[in-house]
Amino acid sequence: MSAMTDVPAVPIAFKRNAREALADPQLRRNFRGAMDFLMDKRRVQFPDGDELERLRAFGNRVRARALSKLPELLERLDANLSRNGVKVHWAETVEEANAIVHRIVEQHAAKKVIKGKSMVSEEMEMNHYLGERGVDCLESDMGEFIVQLREEKPSHIIMPAIHLNVGQVASLFHDKLEVDYTEDVDRLIQIGRETLRRNFFEADIGVSGVNFAVAETGTLLLVENEGNGRMSTTVPPVHIAVTGIEKVVENLRDVIPLLSLLTRSATGQAITTYVNMISGPRKADELDGPQEVHLVLLDNGRSQAFADGELRQTLNCIRCGACMNHCPVYTRIGGHAYGTVYPGPIGKIVTPHMLGLDTTRDLPTASSMCGACGEVCPVKIPIPALLRRLREEAVRAPEAVPHHMRGQGSKYSKKEAMLWKAWRKLNTSPALYRAFSFAGTRLSALMPSNIGPWTEHRSAPKPAARSLHELAREHLGED
Amino acid sequence: MSAKDRILAKLRGSLVGTTPVADDYDAGLLTEPWRYAADDRIARLRSMLEAVHGETQLTTQADWPQRALEALAARNIGELLVSPDTAHGQQLAAHVAASAAGLRLKAYHQPVEAWKEELFFRTPASLTGTLGGIAATGSLVLWPTPQEPRLMSLVPPLHIALLKASEVRDNLYELMHAQHWASGMPTNALLVSGPSKTADIQQTLAYGAHGPKELLVLILEDA
Ligand code: SF4
Repeated sequence: MSAMTDVPAVPIAFKRNAREALADPQLRRNFRGAMDFLMDKRRVQFPDGDELERLRAFGNRVRARALSKLPELLERLDANLSRNGVKVHWAETVEEANAIVHRIVEQHAAKKVIKGKSMVSEEMEMNHYLGERGVDCLESDMGEFIVQLREEKPSHIIMPAIHLNVGQVASLFHDKLEVDYTEDVDRLIQIGRETLRRNFFEADIGVSGVNFAVAETGTLLLVENEGNGRMSTTVPPVHIAVTGIEKVVENLRDVIPLLSLLTRSATGQAITTYVNMISGPRKADELDGPQEVHLVLLDNGRSQAFADGELRQTLNCIRCGACMNHCPVYTRIGGHAYGTVYPGPIGKIVTPHMLGLDTTRDLPTASSMCGACGEVCPVKIPIPALLRRLREEAVRAPEAVPHHMRGQGSKYSKKEAMLWKAWRKLNTSPALYRAFSFAGTRLSALMPSNIGPWTEHRSAPKPAARSLHELAREHLGED
Repeated sequence: MSAKDRILAKLRGSLVGTTPVADDYDAGLLTEPWRYAADDRIARLRSMLEAVHGETQLTTQADWPQRALEALAARNIGELLVSPDTAHGQQLAAHVAASAAGLRLKAYHQPVEAWKEELFFRTPASLTGTLGGIAATGSLVLWPTPQEPRLMSLVPPLHIALLKASEVRDNLYELMHAQHWASGMPTNALLVSGPSKTADIQQTLAYGAHGPKELLVLILEDA
């Protein structure tokens, strides 16, 4: 079981990270350029607003239907994959998932793992876990490869190296791969291709994520442009796919609307170069493909989100990244400032379930509530509403309701709660309100010019000489 | 209790008293915006493929082997990976034998483990059939077989694919439906839409990331 430890959680230093990112003009230029690019690409893919809205509603229903039968579909997926010869494993925590992967690694005495892009493996910190046990994990997606060479984490869920410009990649390759400095992107990609090619067939195990897992047929669907996903899932003798329990869909045809929403929203492509559907290991008469295929289904807090009808919508997510591309906060601070695997709006609503609201207490408030994320989300997750809900959970009095969210109430302060209580009283009792506004207007000269964070970036409010109520009454001749 | 039992029990507990969402699948939305007149279907497929650097040529059942030879000659490629156990592989072999092209044909007839090095580093081009195409997205459908294994369309830098015009469908929904995908999926099914690419370095598109650098689609108009 996931351990609910009593050790106080150390909150992510979001505010400090954000301040640092804001002070880095290069980083801000890189993100601004990248986000403008991705927003334009998406816009071009949806010329017909009506089609887009109908498709979003459709995508939402497909995901909602899958979640409404989640346990049954997971069992069907397990049964059908097993029938196809795929070994299915279940893990409640990242520790369990890593242990499962490590066991498979040990069974094959594997020394080298090659990875296609997988955010769940990032969530597990699989590279680190296996690295500590003497197993090399090499990223094969170009962006992930670059990020790994820099000993960094991805800054975007679709484009991991989006925080870097070509000059930075050129210097990196020059330093780490000992090649001549070049800013020619074609040449840089060829260097990556040559470096990674040998690794594909030297690897003992290939690891990938999953975009959709189809219960009906027992099929794992992966989208990609580079071919590294196909390589990682075809060349090594063993393939391990890792994914969250929410990724299942009911029928094969359900992937059609989701696929269209995913690729068009994510990178503005009608379809990715490859859609790779895997339904089993190599059969006796086949000449390639892995001899063994494993699927690790990871919970890691997802069942907690699932437990609440409103928060369950978090699990609709198809990880397209559109919410971050359109987020004014993400665009300005970049992906690393969040200090979490999933940055941006989706990160703010999903990470609290994975790490606890105590660790992530600043994330739900790191939003201007502009609503852009909710408007672009292809599966219509009401992200702003969920942020508001998480804010509420974070300040909920410990004794108010039984705790159903890890870290719930971590921002609760008696003083703040009392202030809000007083504020409510003031605003719901006419006599009190009148007395307050009378005092506020008549004593406006006493208003301090420094009122904490409010006046850090703004001037202090100046109450008018008379309240609006008074003026209105006078206007209507009531007094 | 196993992890599986515990996860499922938690999920079940959370669904108590709820009813499953009905399946109101809207096939029209996935087909109507993506329908093409017979005359436009191939044009759409070609323009979509070409927009992502795929090369297409219209040809015929009789002429395609010559087109393939010309494409290889233009690239100075003297060797092609092709299956001798397919009709198209045999047609090509006969054409090569009758011509003075001097193209060496080689087969993928042993498990990949036995010839990885050669496949990865000394196989410049491959030719495979396809199971059809999708006009809406400019996609080829491949279900690799023991004759034409998975890596054949992935590892060689040039992939030549044969596509019968009659097997091009308007959209993915129609294709899946017509070919009864849901009643049994192969080990691996693929949609391929262009050569391999990446935009991971400063959003600059570069082709030939890990898969083929070039994709040539020979469309057989009379097939
Ligand atoms: S929350 Fe919506 S927009 Fe954001 S990544 Fe998930 S599906 Fe895409």
